[in-house]
Amino acid sequence: MATEPLNGVGAAPGLAIGRAVWWRKETPQVETKTISDAEAEVDRFEETVNQAKEQITRLRETTRERIGEEEAGIFDAHLSFLEDPAYIDEIKNRIRDQKKNAESVCQSVTEEMSQMLSSLPDEYMQARADDIGDVGNRLLLLLSGRQPLDPSLLEAGSVVVAEELAPSDTAQFPPGIAGMVTARGSQTAHAAIMARTLGIPAVLGLGSSIDNVSDGDTVIIDGDEGTIVLNPDADTEEKARREMERQQQLREKALEKAEQDAVTADGERIQVFANIGGLKDIETALANGAEGVGLFRTEFLYLENDHWPTEEEQFDAYRKALEAFGDKPVVIRTLDIGGDKDLPYAELPEEENPFLGHRAIRFCLSNPEIFKTQLRALLRAGVYGDLWMMFPMVENVSEIQEAKSLLDECRQELDQEGIPTADSIKVGIMVEVPAAAIGADLLAGEVDFMSIGTNDLTQYTLAADRGNEQVSHLYDAAHPAVLRLVRQTCEAARKRGIIAGMCGELAGDPEMAEVLIGLGLHELSMSAGAIPVVKEQVRRTQTEEARHLADRVLELDSPQKVRQTAQKG
Amino acid sequence: MTEEKITIQNKSGLHARPAALLVKEAGNYTSNIQLVKEDKQADAKSLLGVMSLSVRKGDEIAIRAEGEDEDQAAQQLRDLIESGLGE
Repeated sequence: MATEPLNGVGAAPGLAIGRAVWWRKETPQVETKTISDAEAEVDRFEETVNQAKEQITRLRETTRERIGEEEAGIFDAHLSFLEDPAYIDEIKNRIRDQKKNAESVCQSVTEEMSQMLSSLPDEYMQARADDIGDVGNRLLLLLSGRQPLDPSLLEAGSVVVAEELAPSDTAQFPPGIAGMVTARGSQTAHAAIMARTLGIPAVLGLGSSIDNVSDGDTVIIDGDEGTIVLNPDADTEEKARREMERQQQLREKALEKAEQDAVTADGERIQVFANIGGLKDIETALANGAEGVGLFRTEFLYLENDHWPTEEEQFDAYRKALEAFGDKPVVIRTLDIGGDKDLPYAELPEEENPFLGHRAIRFCLSNPEIFKTQLRALLRAGVYGDLWMMFPMVENVSEIQEAKSLLDECRQELDQEGIPTADSIKVGIMVEVPAAAIGADLLAGEVDFMSIGTNDLTQYTLAADRGNEQVSHLYDAAHPAVLRLVRQTCEAARKRGIIAGMCGELAGDPEMAEVLIGLGLHELSMSAGAIPVVKEQVRRTQTEEARHLADRVLELDSPQKVRQTAQKG
Repeated sequence: MTEEKITIQNKSGLHARPAALLVKEAGNYTSNIQLVKEDKQADAKSLLGVMSLSVRKGDEIAIRAEGEDEDQAAQQLRDLIESGLGE
């Protein structure tokens, strides 16, 4: 039996071996029947609706416990349909009027509703079309006396195989799943995000080649390469198991030393920080040996609220984070929001191109009241730790000057009110617009530090949206053009004697760590899970060799070649 | 029966959250409440119904309430829509 790998998209990294279990959604076969006792049929339907409500309420609860409130929220839409008169009463009325069986009426009403929703000019509503389809399917299965897919078939170590996975599917998966494989889906698909959150490898978008997978097959998933191997021969399986073991040992060994500083083999200290998106991330960051926070995204305060967060609410959150990290630095980024985000309480007009629009520091400077609330909260919280303040999406000097003068204004106001503020707060910028990198020497004179945000810098430099399947192959932060901007920024910082760091995803890629140190970075900030392994990589690095390596990769002509060269070291 | 006419001012019309808010408020009254847009009509207590009207900014709709609390229902819903439905 050949063991040729099948190609898909690597959506969540890592290697896994498991037994395939197909997650097939049954589409119930519905027959139209005439009934004599319409009231009995309506009762049967009502009973089924109650059963479905119970199941969904349970699903909502397990999802909340296992994954989180936000993900559990998808089931609220399902429940609201089961309580909606336009859906449920319509079905009951038609059973009475047409004297037809509940199955056939339920199917046609669901279809009508789903078509109505998908024809509405609103993406949110279109997505609800899938939800009502899901609900209708559950009702039809229950009416025919069957149960929807039983998640208990998925034992620990199973590899879930599916055409496509909806949020309501992944929510049901028990812990201990080895990996996920689907025919459709990309890196930004819901299943991909879920797999990365749970830390299990996933390969999506295998297309029709997924039909080669049968229940019970042994599957090797390589989430880094985006390939799967079916029923490997003994040799291949053995190799994969050894590789898994090796990776596991590396992780464990790295974790043991996670608390220790990251110092290169020739004695240069590299600070390894964590990116956090809320207070819930603090514990994981500390457990993985974060020496501070390189990027504290404050958007959660705005997105999880139904009003502009008040000074007190913000102060509380910032203070908690600063206290948790003690004397370690915490870089807090001011609000980075724009037309792509929907704040229910704000008038953010829809923009043709939100990523080139009125967002981040631009939005804050033209809404000084909103901005000043945040600045005041930060100045006050700064008393409780080592606060570094960072402005996003800066592209010219006057933006920094304007922001700093608002900061001064806030400080004076607080002084007059007799409220204590931190004496010295470091002020810096994100370098994420190509203009800021190219003009880094011009901006460096105004700030105490610069942090390179590679995710946006890459998308702006390469003009490629990685969420767009058609062009996502062009998106790679290891592109030599992006790396040249990184070096240029580091050079400008060095000449001014200020710190240059990096807080994009590139910073957390252990195979690129040597190149990044060679380019002149002294601080790397990443998702917590990557910290131990990157620290180990730093310890193996010689700075002189790293500089030569960086010189070499800047002359290469593709990100692929950069990554190959970086891997060899 | 009480009827109130109103022009929708909030930017996304009666979609998503604004529609949900309206349906929630309508659920507080015992009266039968219908929304009417041109020749279409929908139960104001049904999210799917309200969404199916596809009401956009600038559209004129009528709120028709019939029942014990019809005056209060029509008045409150009108105020809610006028206040911009949380947008």
